[in-house]
Amino acid sequence: MATLKEDKSHEMGLHEEQLKGRTQQRFFSVDENENLTYFHSFDVDTSKSGTIDALEMTPREINGEIRALMEKGIGNITVDNPMSRHGVGVGILNRLNLTFSDSLGYFGCGLIDGPNVHIKGRVGWSCAENMMAGTVVIDGNAGSTFGAAIRGGDLVCKGSVGARTGIDQKGGTIIVGGKTGAFSGFMMQRGRMIICGDAGMNLGDSMYDGTIYVGGEVEELGVDCVPGEMTELDVRYLTSKLDLYGMKAPKGVEKMQKYVSGKQLWNYDNLEPSEKKLVL
Amino acid sequence: MCGIAGIIHKQAGKGANIGEQMTSMLQALKHRGPDSTGYAMYGEDNGNQIMRFKVAEAADLEGSYDIHAAIEERLALIDSRLAELGVKVVKKESPTEYAHRYEIDFSGDMKKVADFVEDIEGVEILSIGNSLELIKDLGDAAIVSGQYGLDGFNGTHGIGHTRMATESDVDIRSAHPYWAYPFSDVAVVHNGQLTNYWTNRRALERKGHRFSSNCDSELIAVYIADRMNQGDDLETAMKNSVEYLDGVFTYLVATKDELGMAKDVMAAKPMVVYEGDDMIALASEEVAIRKLFDHRIETFDPYHGEVRVWQH
Repeated sequence: MATLKEDKSHEMGLHEEQLKGRTQQRFFSVDENENLTYFHSFDVDTSKSGTIDALEMTPREINGEIRALMEKGIGNITVDNPMSRHGVGVGILNRLNLTFSDSLGYFGCGLIDGPNVHIKGRVGWSCAENMMAGTVVIDGNAGSTFGAAIRGGDLVCKGSVGARTGIDQKGGTIIVGGKTGAFSGFMMQRGRMIICGDAGMNLGDSMYDGTIYVGGEVEELGVDCVPGEMTELDVRYLTSKLDLYGMKAPKGVEKMQKYVSGKQLWNYDNLEPSEKKLVL
Repeated sequence: MCGIAGIIHKQAGKGANIGEQMTSMLQALKHRGPDSTGYAMYGEDNGNQIMRFKVAEAADLEGSYDIHAAIEERLALIDSRLAELGVKVVKKESPTEYAHRYEIDFSGDMKKVADFVEDIEGVEILSIGNSLELIKDLGDAAIVSGQYGLDGFNGTHGIGHTRMATESDVDIRSAHPYWAYPFSDVAVVHNGQLTNYWTNRRALERKGHRFSSNCDSELIAVYIADRMNQGDDLETAMKNSVEYLDGVFTYLVATKDELGMAKDVMAAKPMVVYEGDDMIALASEEVAIRKLFDHRIETFDPYHGEVRVWQH
């Protein structure tokens, strides 16, 4: 465990409270192997493939069938005819190549930790909510609250997305090929958001950490969101990240604008970077 | 939370079975609101006006011993008052004991007709129009469609609503759509909550507008009617409404040859749009639109404060 710096937040008892409580250090100690795997996660073989025809299935049946195939060790799963159903592809906690041949409805691929998902269509509201790790790539557009509260992984929409993209984002990367709606990055706490097109009003409203890159016009910045200085590191990061998904910023990554939090939170901003992980 | 849906055929003329299409979309939205279902559909204009009205609530039939006689009396009174105003009733249909459809031949002051008929206790006009037919009742889309025989309704466009009651009663009076009284062929469905309903309602009532329910959504219909009465076209009236209405909303309006949608400035309520060459379909959830297609389609979410109007 990192040595914590003595400072005002220590005096306020914030760190003691965190370290005496049920912290991530206690749950995910590397010395406790059983804490590194999830209940209902499966050891799959990505050389084995399976297909599900979801035309006549309920969301519960689709999710059950995905789990049944994973239990058999199948690591490449294609779901045909999801027909924009809600809550599909959720709660997958292991590596898996999962492809949906069509659009999904609300809350698709939420609460996942590890799979690589490809959706050959559109997604509705709250796609990949609370995602922990892995990748989700959407070929079409996405609805509002895209990537709400994600903590890790790459969430990629090659089209445009609705309002409140990345609301309460706590980590990971959200990439949007087109434009985003109002209040994107609202209460963002960590991670990166890359918007190749325009951003709607109140971008980054009430954000207190994290970085937003915008390639087009910003309708209006939200409270506490301020322009940041683009560096060579930013350009290299954006170039490599967009290349990874075959995407381009219309005006080039060098022309993208960076936005960060301009707000100082007394407790939060006095912490070292390693300490901030304990707070969030 | 409520579900709304709409469809407009740009080139299919009057031949599209919008009754069946709207039912399949609204049934797919049943989980958003199972209390009541309503349709505002636009069929063939044969020169006469269609008047849809109810003379009692569905629940009245169970709770009153003399309701059947009262319904007969109300219908007789309606007939006599229509005759008194020179309205010729060409055709009568009664899908239920309490809901009726009159095809009328009249070219005079339709507001006067509506006011005179609605002056009868228990009577509410659901719609008047050359092509608009507004049908709403308790239950899901399959129930209402079966009850009113809507599966064979041919027309150009329509809007519909599945309601989860939050602000007012579960009854036909509070069900959507709302007719924009006294304008022929204008109807509204809404998903959301309006927070300045009472303030604006009182202001509109002082201007002489009538409200038939305590449902906040009716404010939109009355406001649109008021703006159009002042000369606004539909799109202008809708754009003004985005500032006028406070709260969260996505709503649809249909006129004789247009269908429009508006979204609040926070984009708090959902709407998914499919825009094809021949047809535009829109709904609270894509799963409803997919009931019309067996192949992948391109759809999008409109943005905050956005207003769109399509014509057939």
